[in-house]
Amino acid sequence: MTTAVDTDRPADKHARRPSAWQLLMNNRLAAVGFYVIFVIVFVALLAPLLPLQDPNATSPADRLLPVFTDGHVLGTDQLGRDVLSRLVWGTRVSLLVGISASLLAALFGSLIGLVAGYWGGRADNLIMRGIDMLMAFPYILLALAIVAVLGPGLLNALYAIAVVNIPFFARNVRGVTLGLSRREFVDAARLSGKGHVSILLTEILPNVMPIIVITASTTVGWMILETAGLSFLGLGAQPPQADLGSMLGQGRSLLFTSPMISIIPGITVFMIVMSINLLGDGVRDTLDPRLRAGALNRPMPVTKINRRTTPEPPGDTGAAALSVTGLETSFESTAGPQPAVKGVSFSLRKGECLGLVGESGSGKSVTALSLLGLVASPPGVITGGTVTIEGRDMFTLSESEISAFRGSKVSYVFQDPLTTLHPLYTIGEQVAEAVRAHRPVGRSDAWSKAVELLKIVRIPEAEKRANAYPHELSGGQRQRVGIAMALADDPDIIIADEPTTALDVTVQAEILRLLQVLRQERGLALLFITHDFGVVAEICDRVAVMRFGEIVEAGNTAEVLGNPQHPYTRRLIACVPRPGQGRAFLDGVRELPPETGRTGRT
Amino acid sequence: MSTYIAKRLLAAIPVLFGLSIIVFLIMAMIPGDPATAILGSYATPENVEKLNRDLGLDKPLPQQYLIWLGNLLQGDFGRSFTLNRPVLDEVLERFSATLILAGTSLVLCTVFGLLAGIVSAVRQFGWTDRIVTFFVLIGISIPSFFLGLLLILLFAVRFKLFPASGMYAIYGGGDLPDLLRHLFLPAVALAVIATGVIARLTRTAMLEVLRQDYIRTARAKGLSERKVIYMHALKAAMVSVVPVIGLQAGFVLGGAVYIETVFQWPGIGAMLVKAISTRDLLLVQGGVLFVAAAYVFVNLIADVVQSILDPRLKS
Repeated sequence: MTTAVDTDRPADKHARRPSAWQLLMNNRLAAVGFYVIFVIVFVALLAPLLPLQDPNATSPADRLLPVFTDGHVLGTDQLGRDVLSRLVWGTRVSLLVGISASLLAALFGSLIGLVAGYWGGRADNLIMRGIDMLMAFPYILLALAIVAVLGPGLLNALYAIAVVNIPFFARNVRGVTLGLSRREFVDAARLSGKGHVSILLTEILPNVMPIIVITASTTVGWMILETAGLSFLGLGAQPPQADLGSMLGQGRSLLFTSPMISIIPGITVFMIVMSINLLGDGVRDTLDPRLRAGALNRPMPVTKINRRTTPEPPGDTGAAALSVTGLETSFESTAGPQPAVKGVSFSLRKGECLGLVGESGSGKSVTALSLLGLVASPPGVITGGTVTIEGRDMFTLSESEISAFRGSKVSYVFQDPLTTLHPLYTIGEQVAEAVRAHRPVGRSDAWSKAVELLKIVRIPEAEKRANAYPHELSGGQRQRVGIAMALADDPDIIIADEPTTALDVTVQAEILRLLQVLRQERGLALLFITHDFGVVAEICDRVAVMRFGEIVEAGNTAEVLGNPQHPYTRRLIACVPRPGQGRAFLDGVRELPPETGRTGRT
Repeated sequence: MSTYIAKRLLAAIPVLFGLSIIVFLIMAMIPGDPATAILGSYATPENVEKLNRDLGLDKPLPQQYLIWLGNLLQGDFGRSFTLNRPVLDEVLERFSATLILAGTSLVLCTVFGLLAGIVSAVRQFGWTDRIVTFFVLIGISIPSFFLGLLLILLFAVRFKLFPASGMYAIYGGGDLPDLLRHLFLPAVALAVIATGVIARLTRTAMLEVLRQDYIRTARAKGLSERKVIYMHALKAAMVSVVPVIGLQAGFVLGGAVYIETVFQWPGIGAMLVKAISTRDLLLVQGGVLFVAAAYVFVNLIADVVQSILDPRLKS
C-alpha cells in the first residue's frame, strides 16, 4: 500500500517504541486539531492580558461597523461593541463551560460506572437500567427539560449538558470495570486486605483511565456545541454575558443586514468543535488501536499481480487440468515484502486427486488461493509464476475473465464453513446463487437445482433445510453445503482447502467419502490441501509436500508414503499415530532443525 | 416474526414507563411552589390552591406519580397557561409539523449517509473517499443552527431559491409543492450531522465486512464484484448500521429544536423553546414526553428491521 494515508505511520524499525504523544502527533489530522485548539485556548486564556477593548462597552455611534474597520478589526455589533473583543471573551466562556461540563460528566459518570461495574449484581442492574432510561431520551431534549425546570442561565445549561453526558461515561467505564473486577490482580488486592474504596482507586481506576480520557475527548466537542446551542436558543448565557452561542443567537436578528455578526462566532464554534473532534479521533486511535477505522484495508476482487518472472508452463499441458509453474506470492508489510510461496510448480491431471501437504504456515493455503487470485490484497501480491487452466494464464486475465473461471471451471471448498458461509442468507439462496452465477437460470429453476445439489451432498430433508440459515446447521452439514455450492456449476477442478479440519473425526470420514464419490462420479480433478497424511493416504493419487513456501517432495502417494525422501515428510507421516507405537511417536515428530535461508512465516 | 414484533412492543412498555418517571422526577425538582411555576406568576391564589389539590402535592411522591400518570393515560396533559388551551391539542398540532421535518431529514441522512459510506469504502483511499471523508468531518463538526443560518444566507437571501422561514407561504400557499419548497432547507440543515455519522459508520462497517471469509466465498463462486458489494457485503454491514440510524433519529428529533427555531418551523421544538422561556412547564412536559415516545418508537422499528436482516438475533 503506497498511497499516502494520513493514518499511516512510518515504521521505524527496531527503534524504541514511540510514546503515545509521538504517535498522536504522527497522526497528521490529530496534530492539526491539536495546534488549532491550542492556539484558540491560548488566546482565550490570555484574554485579560490582550490589548482588547471592553467587550461590553457600547457605543451607539459606532453601530454595525463592517469588518476591517480601523480600531475594530472584526467590526462592531448592533450596540457598537467590538466584535473581536466579544469573540475572544465569548470563546473563553464557551470553552470554560464546555470543559467544566465535560469534567462534571466525567467525574459523576465514571463514579457511577465504577460502582456499577465493581459491585455488579443487583446494584449494577438497577443503575444500568436507569442509565438506559436516560439514554432513551433524545439527547438535547433531556437537556432542554432540565433547563426548563432550573430556568434559563449559563450555569443551568452547564448542569443540563453535564447530566445528559453522564450516561456515556457511566456505560463505557462500567463495561471496562466489570471486566477488570474479575481479574486476578483485583482478587489479589482483596485477599491482601485492601478495602473496596482503596481497590477502586488504586487498582481499577488507573486501568480505567484510558477509557475515561477517550470518552472525554470524543464528547467534549459535543458538549461545547450543545452549550453553544442552548445559548443560541436564549436558554444559556444571559446578557450582558456572552458566549459564542448567544452571540450567534443575537446576531441572527441582523442576519440579512449584517451577516458577519453571526458568521464570525459560528465559524469559531465550528473551528473549536472540528479541531477537538480531530484530536479526539487521534487520542482514541492512539489509546485504543482496535477502534482505528481507517486502518482496515479493503481486499480487492483479484489479488494484485506484479510478476517479475513469467515462466512458460512445461510443454504438454493438454493432459493437465491445472498447471502451476514457479508460483511466487508475497505479503507486503511495513518491513518489506514477506514471501509466503517461493516458486511452487505442480500440475493436476484431469480426474486426479493431488494432495498438498504441510503444516500451518507452509504456504499451502496461500498457494491454493493464489491460483484464482483470491489471496486478500492488500497485503497479498503475486510476484511470479504462471497458473495455466485450459491453456490460459490466469494472471493475464481481467477481473471479469477470472470471475468467469471462478466457480464454473474451478471451485473452492473452504476450511471453516461457519465463517465461509454468509450468515444472513439461507443455504438454499447461497447454493442457488452459485447456480446462477454463470448461467441464465431462472430463480425457481436455480432453487430446485440447489435443493437437488443439497440432496446430492446428502443433506437430510433438503427441501426444508434449504430454508435454514448456516447457524442452524451442524458443522458437518455446513461443510456439505460448502461442497454443494462448489458443485453448483459443474466445475472441472475442486480446490478443497482443509475441508475437514474444523470437523470431528466421524464427520470428517463422511465428508471425505462424499468427496471421493463425487470425484469418481463426475470425473473431477481435486486439489486437496491438508496437514494430515492419514487423509492423503485415503484419497490422493499423488502428493506434494510443502515447507516454508516450497515443495520439498512430490510423487505417487504410495511411493512417498512407503519411502519418504525428505526428513520433513517423514516427520509429517509420523504425525499420524498408530496403535501400539508408544514413545516412538514422540521421537518421530520432534522439531526439525530450521533450514538455512528460512524466511517465510512459520 | 410477528411474535418477535409483539415481544419488542411489550419490551417498549417499561421503557415508556421509565421515560415518564424521569420526566416526572425532573418536574418534581422545580424549585419553589410548582403550582405557581406551572400557572405563571400572575395566577390567582384560588387557582394555585386548586392546582395543588389536583396535582396531589400534599401526598407522598410515588402517589403523586400515579395520579399524574393516570391523568396522562386519560389524555389529560393539563392546560397551557400561556396559550390557554389544553396541552395535548397544542402538542398534537405541532407534532405533525415536527414529524414532517424530522422524518424527511431521517430519510435524507439515511440515503445519503449510506451512499457516501459505501462509495468511500469501495473506493478506499481514492479521491472519492477523501472528498467524502472531508465533508463528513465538516458535517459532524458544524453546529446545525449555524449551518441553518448559512443556508438561509446563501439559498434564500442571495440566490432566492427557497423561502427563508415558515412551513407554508402566507398567501396562496398550502399545497404540497409549497410545503416541499419550505421543507428543503431546514430538512437539509437538520440532516447534515446525522448523514456524517451514518456515512462514517457505514464505511467502517463495510470495510470490516469486506475482510470476512464469506466475502471470499462469494468471490470464489464467481459472483460479479457488484453483487459481492451490494448484496453480500452491504447486507451484512446493514446489521450494524441500522441501530445507528435508530440513534440518529434521536439527534434529528432533538436537533429539530434548533432548526425549527432558525427556520421558524411551527413544530414541537420551536414550541419547547418558547415554552421554556415563558416557563410554561406543562407544555414543556407534554412536548418532551411526545418526542421521547416517538424516539422509542423509531428505535423499536430499527430493532425489528435489524432482526429481519439478521436471523441470528431471533434465536
